[in-house]
Amino acid sequence: MSEKKQTDAKGYWAATIRLTLSLLAIWFVVSYGAGILFRDLLDQVSIGGAPLGFWFAQQGSIYVFVGLIFYYCFAMARLERKYGVEG
Amino acid sequence: MDWTLFFVTTTFALYIGIAIWARAGSTDDFYVAGHDVHPTVNGMATAADWMSAASFLSMAGLIAFLGYGGSVYLMGWTGGYVLLAVLLAPFLREFGKFTVPDFVGDRYYSDLARIIAVICALFVSFTYIAGQMKGVGVAFSGFLGVDFNVGIVIGMVIVFFYAVLGGMKGVTYTQVAQYCVLIFAYTVPAIFMSMIITGNPIPQLGFISNAAGEDISMLQKLNTVVTDLGFQEYTQTDKSMFDVFAITGALMFGTAGLPHVIIRFFTVPSAKAARLSAGWALVFIAALYTTAPAVASFARLNFIDTVNESTYIAADEDYQARAAEIEAAGGTPIPEWYGDWEVTGLIGFEDKNGDGIVQFRGPNAPDQLENEVVPFSADIHVLANPQIAQLPAWVIGLVVAGGLAAALSTAAGLLMVISSAVSHDICRRTLFKSMDDKTELRVARGAAAAAVVAAGLLGIFSSQLGFVAQVVAFAFGLASASLFPVIFLGIFWKRMNKEGAVVAMLFGLVSTFAYIVYFKFGGGTADQYLFGVSPEGIGFVFMWGAGALGIATSLATAPPPQDIQDLVEDIRVPGTRQAHGIADADMAPSA
Repeated sequence: MSEKKQTDAKGYWAATIRLTLSLLAIWFVVSYGAGILFRDLLDQVSIGGAPLGFWFAQQGSIYVFVGLIFYYCFAMARLERKYGVEG
Repeated sequence: MDWTLFFVTTTFALYIGIAIWARAGSTDDFYVAGHDVHPTVNGMATAADWMSAASFLSMAGLIAFLGYGGSVYLMGWTGGYVLLAVLLAPFLREFGKFTVPDFVGDRYYSDLARIIAVICALFVSFTYIAGQMKGVGVAFSGFLGVDFNVGIVIGMVIVFFYAVLGGMKGVTYTQVAQYCVLIFAYTVPAIFMSMIITGNPIPQLGFISNAAGEDISMLQKLNTVVTDLGFQEYTQTDKSMFDVFAITGALMFGTAGLPHVIIRFFTVPSAKAARLSAGWALVFIAALYTTAPAVASFARLNFIDTVNESTYIAADEDYQARAAEIEAAGGTPIPEWYGDWEVTGLIGFEDKNGDGIVQFRGPNAPDQLENEVVPFSADIHVLANPQIAQLPAWVIGLVVAGGLAAALSTAAGLLMVISSAVSHDICRRTLFKSMDDKTELRVARGAAAAAVVAAGLLGIFSSQLGFVAQVVAFAFGLASASLFPVIFLGIFWKRMNKEGAVVAMLFGLVSTFAYIVYFKFGGGTADQYLFGVSPEGIGFVFMWGAGALGIATSLATAPPPQDIQDLVEDIRVPGTRQAHGIADADMAPSA
């Protein structure tokens, strides 16, 4: 029984790491990417008169951050059910 | 003024009432509010804990002045919550103790590591609290005509009540009330400003709308207006891309490593609740942080529109009569609020060309005219908003109460870190390991009381030095370079050992401290910057250095004991946490 539990915990942790990495990739892209590194490129497009890169730096990134955390909560609850971990 | 007094008194009475209702009966109540705060409630408390006098009073002004350059604060101070939610909060909650040094000391089985973490936590928190106390003093002296120092003492008495009596439990519920006060106070003037400038009542939409009654977008208009006066284009910055990157990073990782933010996540019942709580915290924070850049651009545009090229009226003249004269002669009188704020020294007028008209100009003005708005503080962009929008007097009272709520809620969170570092980490966990719960609670109350007094004195003292703005870089730099790497590696890398942690924390602490002191106080110049990174962003660079050194040192020394490796496995998987001899011998984890 303890061996079964061990396997589940390992799978759970590996899946958690995968999820975390993909969320951090999005986190990086919307802030450092869109708001800083590729801002000049995005600024050629505008959203309601605001250059898009500028808008991401001052508005868009924050909205995505909120979405990311709630998605994380949802996805972790799903992982916990799948691997039989008590949330 | 009567309305201001009314709001300040009412909200203070509310906070004291909550403090009496939420008295702490045990160390569990005092440090972590009994671990049973609802995630949404904790999210709201975290938002108030996080948003300080600086967020409320100065941030929009700073963004108005810096334009795109101000984005570092917006991304940095919100993006840190993503890191907190996915990398730290749920695991630290699963670890199940009271403080950040608790984690560092137990995970790295070392009282030395614990004490270094205490030093980092105390340094960061005292730096931060001085600014809050100063904000309280400014609000009292600027709006209620009370002496600056007396204002700080009044603030101290209020915080004393709920932090000493109620501990974390009292702090949590007063923070919820303070959030409601501050967000309402922030949003009301913002909505009116948005209506005036863009005709759209929602500031976030006004930000991307056309200027009211014109065919051009608000931001394009702002860009044209500021460049015509010789300022940097609003949607651009003169900082290098790498510097912007590094400052954003230092603020993000610093946010995630700040002890007063982390301990809020110890108050919820489980790891799952900690994740959800981080989400709610960011929702409540975003309500202000997405409004701030809109307010910033509206205020900048409005300031230039109404002040530039207007005819000056001195404070000792009859405003109404002079204004009528000026209008009759075909000129534009300066707005009435200008005189009110000249008294505070935030703005002024020097008639350099002697024409009686206010010329507001940037450093590269095409018409070569000199700027006559001297002095000029960016804070005016927030403070004068209720008057600019011609809102009734009660709104101004509300804004003052909101600013005080922001300052006091943050101060209280910091006091909890300071008092628990003394009573719990130093006394109970290091010096007197056999101390019982009742004694510890008494020591904690005593430490909180002493910390309130120390913070007040620091507020009074630092206002004379005027160095608060300078040292904020310290708090974030140190939190990101010294605390973040050891907490992160402690969770995600089992092999990280005591030696690695001590080396990493010391490197982060000393290097960041030295760099900031050298450039802020020691006469260092910008051309000497390491990789062109300013002191505000250096914590981000040294964070990687601290992490790399910690890893190298760990690999060169013996791996941590099996107990510790088992502990790390436990905190990664919710519901499997068990006591492990070496880490938990002095103190069992709580569920």
